Amino acid sequence: MLARPGLPSFDYVRAGTADDVVRLLEEHGEAARLMMGGTDLFVGMRDGVARPRVVVDVKHLSGMRDVVYDEQARLTVGAAVTMNEIAHHPDVQAHYPLLAEAANSVASYQVRNRATIGGNLCNASPCADTVPVTLVLEGNVVLYGPGGERELPAGEFFTGPGETALGADELMTAIRYPALPPGAAGRYLKLGRSKIGDLAIVSVAVLGFPDNVAPSGYRFRVALGSVAPVVLRVSAAEEVLAENPPGEGGFALAAEQAVEAASPIDDVRGSAAYRVAMVRQLTRRGLREVWGQLRGT
Amino acid sequence: MATHSITVIVNGSAEFLTVPSSMTLLQMLREELALTGTKNGCEAGECGACTVLVDGEPVNSCMMLAVEVDGREVTTVEGLARLYGDGKQLSPLQEAFVEHNAVQCGFCTPGMLISAHALLERSPDPTEEEIREALVGNLCRCTGYLRIIQAVQTAAARKEEV
Repeated sequence: MLARPGLPSFDYVRAGTADDVVRLLEEHGEAARLMMGGTDLFVGMRDGVARPRVVVDVKHLSGMRDVVYDEQARLTVGAAVTMNEIAHHPDVQAHYPLLAEAANSVASYQVRNRATIGGNLCNASPCADTVPVTLVLEGNVVLYGPGGERELPAGEFFTGPGETALGADELMTAIRYPALPPGAAGRYLKLGRSKIGDLAIVSVAVLGFPDNVAPSGYRFRVALGSVAPVVLRVSAAEEVLAENPPGEGGFALAAEQAVEAASPIDDVRGSAAYRVAMVRQLTRRGLREVWGQLRGT
Repeated sequence: MATHSITVIVNGSAEFLTVPSSMTLLQMLREELALTGTKNGCEAGECGACTVLVDGEPVNSCMMLAVEVDGREVTTVEGLARLYGDGKQLSPLQEAFVEHNAVQCGFCTPGMLISAHALLERSPDPTEEEIREALVGNLCRCTGYLRIIQAVQTAAARKEEV
């Protein structure tokens, strides 16, 4: 026997269609849990946090592992596409490098071979790496339930730590990313206890692009991870950046708005005070780097 | 609890097994097939001691179910040598680990070898940074990593010569 027992016992079901999944969820209720890579679910089961009697493997459903980039320059990523598949996909690298960067920052290479983007979003951790970038890219999540498919802006999906708008009888099938504004540049900055591989103590995603309508000539989108119950879009910072010309002064004002929006906690990875200080630094650094890309320097 | 009949190629041999739903790939390898080279460390996908190849890609076998490898190909540290020859000689990477004394207690070594092997397959001439990145999911508490990195560099250099 192993020194520690493996997983608590459950029945594994490999679902063939999305309707099968809905039926299983209706039949088993809270006793059923959906699974793709299992990298969060199995840890939760070993810790006794999750105790499903039925584990429904949904990653083999049609389309769940597909990455489709279409002529309208939109990207659809199946919910069960792994972090490594995203990070190394030529269309993602060419058109959504920010998403590739975030996916590549998750844990280790072997975990990224199993961890999926849909799992990362549905697990809804405040430190999930693909959430800040999905918010600034203004992606939509595609959910399937008894009434068919519905699409929801990612910004409306996350309702609390580990809590989402996903119905009890729904599954996530895909994430759709709209075409990026022309000339857009992005950066995902993640601070961990080690240079790579760790969960974020603070993370910041920044997307910037030229916009003639904005007084500053540019718009920036800013999202913060690991510093609130959910990942935040900081609209107050974005307004500051639309008003003030890009540069250190405007970036400092925006960073203060980011600090204002953050409500971090103390935990094993860092204190609240440290997180606040790092929100200020990383926001400024992210803006500076994106501005550098926009100017072509 | 449900059981499942699976067919899986492990280190080149077809295995026909009946596995319970909750059995992990790690448990299947160690307890059903007596392949104890793959180690059970953290059971949380952190330490990488249980790393094996599934269809050529490294995964944490503690974080994958046995039923999920039905119809697939698994390579453990016991099967690494046969990827290079008749299986009686160590692989160049294993040789390099021996030469550099890249092993102390040895618990992390099977996972290190699998991750490093997979790195050299996808990137035959990696930089030191790429090696460090590729091994970030394999924790070693003895060596300080330096000798492991040197061993991977040596194996890569030899592969280039061939």
